[in-house]
Amino acid sequence: MSTHHDHDHDHHDHKHPTQPDVDGPLTYHQRLEIAVRELLIEKGIVTADEVRRAIEAMDARTPAQGARIVAHAWADPAYKKKLLTEPREASLELGVDPGVTKLVVVENTDKVHNLVVCTLCSCYPRSILGLPPDWYKSRAYRSRAVREPRKVMSEFGLEIPDDIAVRVHDSTADMRYLVLPKRPKGTEGWSEEKLAAIVTRDTMIGIAEARIP
Amino acid sequence: MSQARFQPGDRVKVRNAEVVGHMRTPRYIRGHEGEVERICGFFANPEELAYNRHGLPKRALYRVRFDQKKVWPDYQGPAGDTVDVEIYEHWLDKA
Repeated sequence: MSTHHDHDHDHHDHKHPTQPDVDGPLTYHQRLEIAVRELLIEKGIVTADEVRRAIEAMDARTPAQGARIVAHAWADPAYKKKLLTEPREASLELGVDPGVTKLVVVENTDKVHNLVVCTLCSCYPRSILGLPPDWYKSRAYRSRAVREPRKVMSEFGLEIPDDIAVRVHDSTADMRYLVLPKRPKGTEGWSEEKLAAIVTRDTMIGIAEARIP
Repeated sequence: MSQARFQPGDRVKVRNAEVVGHMRTPRYIRGHEGEVERICGFFANPEELAYNRHGLPKRALYRVRFDQKKVWPDYQGPAGDTVDVEIYEHWLDKA
């Protein structure tokens, strides 16, 4: 250890911020989760590696899967029809398993704009879009998106004209909603890959519109 | 599993019940009238599943569409704005 320091853990001449340690006391539910997980492993019902793999698989899901589905629907009218009427089959066709909940795809048009929320908790099409953004789970979004959706969207930079109806979907039970955003003008002839790049997570929740960057 | 009691287009009213424990009908929509948009299918009752009961028989689940201006008297937006909520049959009466 260098001699010009009067304490024993800072070996640098300059200070830099460190990641704060998260070693406060566990909450009740954190303790419960650890206890249940350890019991399941101890009793041989699951292995630690299976738990890890499940978390890894969940974290590997990204909005890119949804974007691929939307881009294909934009490019192929027959697929779009299938996506709206048989969303599960359409999703599987592109290799995306929508999971055990039922998928509903709602289409934004010149007359209707769809917005998804779960007021009771944070239901979200995780198997298609991955984990929801933090704001989606916030009490503010959950309570305000049903009550004043136009104001909430405007705070996200999206103004919906009064001649377009706003249709909010409260995902309270067994359905999971995916918004099929409007294909922007000027994207005619684009490849599906190029189209998918402008289909962001927020456009599939309905809090933003797809646009040419 | 039985037949669905309501069909798309039917007018329904959400029961204004106070329930202790796990429920899936948000309070803001109770007592309101809407229109069945679709039958989502039949599912084990999550209000029972939450307590490790089997939740059977399966219940019909509907998507019911409500006019925002009727749900929120001070709603800011045009008349066509709606909110769709998934509601189990045992929460619905004929309107």
